Amino acid sequence: MRRPSRGFAFLPALALFAILAGCGGGKKEAPRENAAAVPDVPAYGDMIVEGSIGDISGFLSAVTSDAASHEAAGYVFNGLVRYDKDLRLEGALARSWDISPDGKKITFHLRRNVKWQDGAPFTSADVMFTYRRMIDPRTPTPYGEDFRQVKRARAPDPYTFVAEYARPFAPALASWGMDILPKHLLEMYPDISKSPLNKKPVGTGPYRFVEWRTGEKVVYDANPDYFEGKPYIARVVTRIIPDQATMFLELLSGGVDIMDLTPPQYTRQTDTPGFKGSFNKYKYLASAYTYLGFRLSHPFFKDRRVRQAIAFATDKKALIEGVLLGLGQEATGPYKPGTWAYDPDVRKYPHDPAKARELLAEAGWKEKDADGVLRKDGRRFEFTVMTNAGNEARSKTAAILQQNLAEVGIRMRIQTVEWAAFINQFIDKRAFDAVILGWSLSPDPDQYEIWHSSKTGPKELNFIGFSNPEVDKLLEEGRSTFDIGKRKKAYFRIQEILAEEQPYVFLYVPDALPVVQKRFHGIDPAPAGISYNFPKWYVPKALQKYRIQP
Amino acid sequence: MTGSGGIWRDFARRLLRNRLAAAGGLVILFFFLVAAFPALFTSRNPDRIDVSVILQPPSAAHPLGTDDLGRDVLARVVYGARVSMKVGFVAVGIATAIGLVIGLLSGFYGGRVDAVLMRFVDIMLCFPTFFLILSVIAFLSPSIVNIMAVIGLTGWMGVARLVRAETLSLKERDFVAAARAQGAGTARIVFRHILPNALAPVLVSATLGVAGAILTESALSFLGIGVQPPTPSWGNILTIGKNYIEFAWWLSLFPGLAILFTVLGYNLLGEGIRDAADPRLSGR
Amino acid sequence: MLRFIVRRLLLTIPLLVGISLISFLMIHLAPGGPISIATDLNPRATADARARLEKYYGLDRPLHVQYARWLERMATLDFGDSFSPDGRPVAQKIRERIPITLTINVLSMGLILLVAIPIGIYSAVHRGSLFDRASTVFVFTGFSIPTFWLALLLMILFGVKLGWLPISGIGSLDYQSLGLAGKIADRARHLLLPVLLAGFSGLAGMSRYMRSNMLEVIRQDYIASARAKGLPERKVVYRHAMRNAVLPVITILGLSVPDLLGGSVIFETIFAIPGMGQLFYQGVMSRDYPLIMGILTIGAFLTLLGNLLADVGYALADPRIRQG
Repeated sequence: MRRPSRGFAFLPALALFAILAGCGGGKKEAPRENAAAVPDVPAYGDMIVEGSIGDISGFLSAVTSDAASHEAAGYVFNGLVRYDKDLRLEGALARSWDISPDGKKITFHLRRNVKWQDGAPFTSADVMFTYRRMIDPRTPTPYGEDFRQVKRARAPDPYTFVAEYARPFAPALASWGMDILPKHLLEMYPDISKSPLNKKPVGTGPYRFVEWRTGEKVVYDANPDYFEGKPYIARVVTRIIPDQATMFLELLSGGVDIMDLTPPQYTRQTDTPGFKGSFNKYKYLASAYTYLGFRLSHPFFKDRRVRQAIAFATDKKALIEGVLLGLGQEATGPYKPGTWAYDPDVRKYPHDPAKARELLAEAGWKEKDADGVLRKDGRRFEFTVMTNAGNEARSKTAAILQQNLAEVGIRMRIQTVEWAAFINQFIDKRAFDAVILGWSLSPDPDQYEIWHSSKTGPKELNFIGFSNPEVDKLLEEGRSTFDIGKRKKAYFRIQEILAEEQPYVFLYVPDALPVVQKRFHGIDPAPAGISYNFPKWYVPKALQKYRIQP
Repeated sequence: MTGSGGIWRDFARRLLRNRLAAAGGLVILFFFLVAAFPALFTSRNPDRIDVSVILQPPSAAHPLGTDDLGRDVLARVVYGARVSMKVGFVAVGIATAIGLVIGLLSGFYGGRVDAVLMRFVDIMLCFPTFFLILSVIAFLSPSIVNIMAVIGLTGWMGVARLVRAETLSLKERDFVAAARAQGAGTARIVFRHILPNALAPVLVSATLGVAGAILTESALSFLGIGVQPPTPSWGNILTIGKNYIEFAWWLSLFPGLAILFTVLGYNLLGEGIRDAADPRLSGR
Repeated sequence: MLRFIVRRLLLTIPLLVGISLISFLMIHLAPGGPISIATDLNPRATADARARLEKYYGLDRPLHVQYARWLERMATLDFGDSFSPDGRPVAQKIRERIPITLTINVLSMGLILLVAIPIGIYSAVHRGSLFDRASTVFVFTGFSIPTFWLALLLMILFGVKLGWLPISGIGSLDYQSLGLAGKIADRARHLLLPVLLAGFSGLAGMSRYMRSNMLEVIRQDYIASARAKGLPERKVVYRHAMRNAVLPVITILGLSVPDLLGGSVIFETIFAIPGMGQLFYQGVMSRDYPLIMGILTIGAFLTLLGNLLADVGYALADPRIRQG
């Protein structure tokens, strides 16, 4: 399940402990500090303070849909599987699993001796309970669809769980990354979102919940009985700081240890020796991209040549320079460069205003008004692009696009609308000409919800109204086999078609830019970002800043 | 008494003698000129993006530096003056119009009309204005028209009270009674006799209102629901600047000072008008 | 005195009715009515919200029935459950957030009084002096400067450069482990900047009011006669005039409640203070109608209460009012 991202919050499909999920080989900017003075051995203790723009809404990730809440759930809960540092699925609460040769049955072998944080043992009954709640209509979850594909679920013994599907369903395995819920604490609540556990969670994860002061902070302590060993960092505090400028000042003054930087902060504000002496900056491609999407039933945008012309008119280099200060890559399709589904050889659209004008002329846009705006059959080429208010990157993108399109005789007006109204009144009602939005990407390449012609209904995600029989067929193929070779072929062909059709002008993939206070060691940037091994982060004894008594 | 030349000359003389008010007036005049003739102050296009000169400090080419898209800050502040002043004036225009009508009706007719209208004013005054503005803007989406309308629609209560009080006291005065005795109609009494005399306090409140509206717009911009970029307003330039305040000081300093000086200017001028209009206060 | 209070209380009844009417209209004001709520990310929750809203406000009923229900809920301060994913009762959420907002507002009001009254009196007595002009510019600068900008500048100075004060929040991370004195000191350090700023921005109104009041009083006959009697000027000013000039300030205090509440949206956002202003802003941005209605209504109640207290206080201080 994917949804429009709001820029500051990339929303991963599932809370696979993906605070800063990313890919593409992270690299650390600052040189390692001189370790001679301090013995660099893992030690227990200290506290990490992370800054978060928004408060969480609850801890049960099945019934929350914002990034902050999923991240919070990641501290306390586990799924059966999770993504490892290279974004391959590995066991979490499941020790291992088998997939039947026909791809229709997955058998999970669960870890033994895992305990809920209240001491109760974890068993397959908890998995079964979670599954039942995911398909229960009383559970207000947006993630039920994947679980409704299950034809039959069984728990033959306390440490085995079997899910059978009507036909092979490639995203199935990843869907079991959903947080497993404690049956013994939740079965008396018909709607889990109303249970006390949503505010005071009890999970199996590396940290146990301590307190949540709404609008202020959330506190966790290390779980000494965690099945992979007690995490080194004794306490985690998430501070809610609504203003980006304030949060950065908190970082500088030591009130926050870890946050995401903006591109200008990364390139301009943190390049001082003083900053580099106290912090490590990281940079890797985020799992998200930004696009210009057309309502394809709009008379102007029905014509493929017009969409291609706009792609040629778009100066993606200037976008990356202006919006991201160079910290990102051009997007050529709906996949992240460097992942297995990404096709690097699709048709590209370099900035070429002459070519754009040519294509527009072919499409009948020949005459020009006195003020340089194109005309056809008495209509001026004017349209409105909408984006959500308060997103700096998107409003900058719109401003640059406006200038690019003016060069080829297209007048683009910009309208920014507050997020809730934007989705509800414009996206859902298809009341837009074009939009600038972003998608966050999960590691599985299935994008049925976004491109399939059956998903154009109200509230569904193919809101531009894209419909292509070949893409429909390929999407169905791609999700019904576990064979990576076959899937890759299908998704490469989809990217070729999208590149040709340009239902979106794919703009850019930004870099994720986390920064961490230097006393934290053990951070190992990988395609999955930096936070996948958070329980293994530590502060050497001599560098510990806070003394925590559990 | 009604609008005779001597009174106005006295008023102007008193106003000019007040150095603070005169300074405030000069600042306002300056920004008026900026808003009216932006081309005199900058030859650059405020919307011209140039990604090769992002966030440059002030230089000969860009006297106030450039912003996060390489746009000229001077040009944006100059054209932003237009937008910010417009927000201020239209909002206050709306508020003053409503306030005048309600105040006049209330003061002139008195009795039940007065009671109902003034209770309405009391009720409106109970709601924190900024809360009202925020909710309405968010429901209607933050366009410049909506912003001006909402600030206006939530800011008329003070004017209404003022006008009512003036009307009440003027109504009983001899010259109004005399006019009435000569058979002057209601409209004539209102426009010839009451309005001109109520003008000074209304002017004061309008002057302060413009200042308040400019500040409100900047607060809304800070919350992300003010005038939306790329249209420059002082509020949204400052809001962008705030995110770079640590190192690109020019991007917040200049719009910040523009707001500070303008709002200060309006307030000093308003105070000056208040003092000058009250001859009783002029002597020591 | 009791009769005065009772009469004053009776006067608030029509106001309460009016507040309820206007807030009731607000529910119906949003484009397309409240039914078209976007809980942006979750289509199923939207249908759910719609059903909840219809049920909660009884939107299928005739208007007068809806209004009667709304009145009943207002009277019991039952604003329903928030539409945010946590779904908690609005009244509970407000109750959590209100103390810190009120604390900051009361403190900054105290600060305003402490500074504005002397400034107002002194500049009235020495009208036109350098002090008068300098203080005029000073208090209006406080009013004119965009608060979020000044806030950030002060944070950089005191928090980052000098390291004297914390940047934001209302307590250190080890707040719970501090002793009582430590707790008070810690809270004070966190609230210093917000209170100073709120005070600075509110100084203008109060000090100018004080100044013009004082000017008015000085002109009165009894002051002139006190002077004529040969009383020393200081005594005339500070004994006779001041008392009469300061008393009406109490009413202004009541009137400034809505402004302070409104300003808390900005302060609480920039200083990361988990108060009612921040809560309201979040509610507005996520179209949490029950929360918006709840806070609007509570805000109006608080204003009413402020006015009431101010009037009673004024009556206590100045017995002539009670007869009036």
